[in-house]
Amino acid sequence: MNAMSSNGKLLSVRNLRTYFETEDGLVKAVDGIEFELGRGETLGIVGESGSGKSVTSLSLMRLIPDPPGKIVAGEVKLNGDDLLKLSPAEIRDIRGKRIAMIFQDPMTSLNPFMRISKQLMEVTQLHLGHHRAQAYEHAIDMLEQVGIPDARARADGYPHELSGGMRQRVMIAMALSCQPELLIADEPTTALDVTIQAQILELIKRLKSDTGASVILITHDLGVVAGMTDHIVVMYAGKIFECAPTAELFAQPGNPYTHALLRSVPDPTAREQKLYQIPGLPPDLAHLPMGCPFAPRCERAEELCHREFPPFVKLTREHYSLCHFANEVYAQANAKPGK
Amino acid sequence: MTRVTEPFAVASGSVLHPVNDKTSKLAGHGKEPTEPALTPLGSPPEPPVSPHGDEAIHTGPEFAVGEGDVRSAEAGEYVAGSSLWKDAWRRLLRNKLAVFGMIVVILLVVASLAGPTIIKRVTGYSYDLIPKEETLNKSFPPFRAADGSFSWTHPMGTDNAGRDILARVLSGGQISLMVALIATLVSLVIGISYGATAGYLGGRLDDLMMRIVDVLYSLPYVIIVIVLLALLPAKTPTGQLAELFIALGAVSWLTMARIVRGQVMSLKNQEFVLAARATGVSTTKIIFRHLVPNTLGPVIVYATLTVPTVMLSEAFLSFLGLGVRPPRVSWGSLAADGAQNLAIYPWQLIFPGLTMALMLFSLNFLGDGLRDALDPQMRRE
Repeated sequence: MNAMSSNGKLLSVRNLRTYFETEDGLVKAVDGIEFELGRGETLGIVGESGSGKSVTSLSLMRLIPDPPGKIVAGEVKLNGDDLLKLSPAEIRDIRGKRIAMIFQDPMTSLNPFMRISKQLMEVTQLHLGHHRAQAYEHAIDMLEQVGIPDARARADGYPHELSGGMRQRVMIAMALSCQPELLIADEPTTALDVTIQAQILELIKRLKSDTGASVILITHDLGVVAGMTDHIVVMYAGKIFECAPTAELFAQPGNPYTHALLRSVPDPTAREQKLYQIPGLPPDLAHLPMGCPFAPRCERAEELCHREFPPFVKLTREHYSLCHFANEVYAQANAKPGK
Repeated sequence: MTRVTEPFAVASGSVLHPVNDKTSKLAGHGKEPTEPALTPLGSPPEPPVSPHGDEAIHTGPEFAVGEGDVRSAEAGEYVAGSSLWKDAWRRLLRNKLAVFGMIVVILLVVASLAGPTIIKRVTGYSYDLIPKEETLNKSFPPFRAADGSFSWTHPMGTDNAGRDILARVLSGGQISLMVALIATLVSLVIGISYGATAGYLGGRLDDLMMRIVDVLYSLPYVIIVIVLLALLPAKTPTGQLAELFIALGAVSWLTMARIVRGQVMSLKNQEFVLAARATGVSTTKIIFRHLVPNTLGPVIVYATLTVPTVMLSEAFLSFLGLGVRPPRVSWGSLAADGAQNLAIYPWQLIFPGLTMALMLFSLNFLGDGLRDALDPQMRRE
């Protein structure tokens, strides 16, 4: 196991393709994704429902249900080890220990029938070889770290005794129990109300800096990624449409889709304005149109866009965009006053 | 002999209703207040009115929130959470028929276990003792002595050989209960493993496994048991009993497998299963540690209803002479002996029969009560 991969990145994903065989046809949920993540960095994956964000995260951990889904191609290197080439036993070893995941709905992510302490203990007993007392103490410690009040008394309770925010904290405690190198947070705050959302995000930030883990934050909420991430990847129809450092993505998007997403965020200071929405619906992944998948909904789509698949244009060293007119969009965004 | 019909629909997912309860009506600790001191844990204070009303709150697959305990949290006290089992117990106690069934079952079990020893010590009668003097008239028990006075020596009468029937009924109870419990246990072990594996793995393997169950279902179990017992006759009485356990268990696991499979299938798509896989838990552990305990509700109910079925099967077999054989007695063999003299000495059949009937319907009441207690969706409150 290399301590350092060749370019010093913690995670390197190349040409990841995950397809699903359905009655409707072959659904290319993730079709050629590439990105990298450095140590201690946070990457945001943003997209509408059906863009392939969750499937990407499940593919990283090889949790795609095997029929009907299959990772047909790609390379996922965690510190140099290609996860897609490992045996089932090896990948099970990695899950929970080197990569951990927290899910969207804390109400259903915890086993309702098991005590919280038992669910936490299972992780360390499995991966760190703790015996019972050790695992129990570690569980209490983790609960305290994530801010559960009176952790020792609560630990022996059941999930239904906790509110949504607390359950999500428990999930975070479970995920970070073994100090993983990578934490994948799949819409961790979507099911929570806004004040709790802020608390949970702060918690993730703090724990990330305490443990030095890298984080992949998957969400459809641009506000969430703005404050949390170093880089952002925008996905649509299973493809990456744009990737850039966070500040630059917001200030100067290079892709009409990103631009449209940013416009869709309601502006509380604007008065008497009709809310902008991207016309149309996300495409049927089983029957993608020829050419750019976003062309049917794009405001500046031209005949070329419907005909040919766009190139992945490099705008700056770290800013790429999948568009025939990437450079123009980028330049125009610069000229316009920032939103 | 009819099989017990499935006590509840087992189309996958119909028993369990995994509902996303997004409204957290529970302890509102959103603001994380400084934790109040623990109150001494006694029974939680009863608020004057139920805030839940008739609404069933489902936060887990089959169970409702701990009623009566969480409400105190709003008053600022920390109350230990009520477990799902405690709630079920409380609901069970409200069901009078189930309580009656439970009491009767307990009484009969205690009587069967302790009875024979007590009777032997007090009166000297055991199930195989033939008293030497026969000075009692043989009329409907309790007998009258030769001089016309009432005698309680044989409250249930005697059989043809003069053995005390009460002692025989209680001894028979021991055997009947033991066979029923162990056979149920065998069917539980086989049924749960088989059903949970089929349900979790799904796909073609599941299809194959369930078709096997379907085929076995269609076979007349009496014949199978007879064949099993005939093919491998056991020499010792203990061996005979063991055979019975296994044979009866082997034919009664089928419905249990179906039930567990249904439960597991509706549970396996819940997010906590994915979360468990994401922490690296192996498939076996997921099935047996995460999923099976979640199925315990219906499993317990069905096990409680399997016991009387097996008991009846054993009685039937013993009646035919295939089950428990002399010198051991069971309720079925007693019934067989008594049936021969039904016209002359009816009590020889009536008492064992009544006792067994009492046990069977008490178990059924208990099973029904458990089902209502453990599956709130089916309550009609």
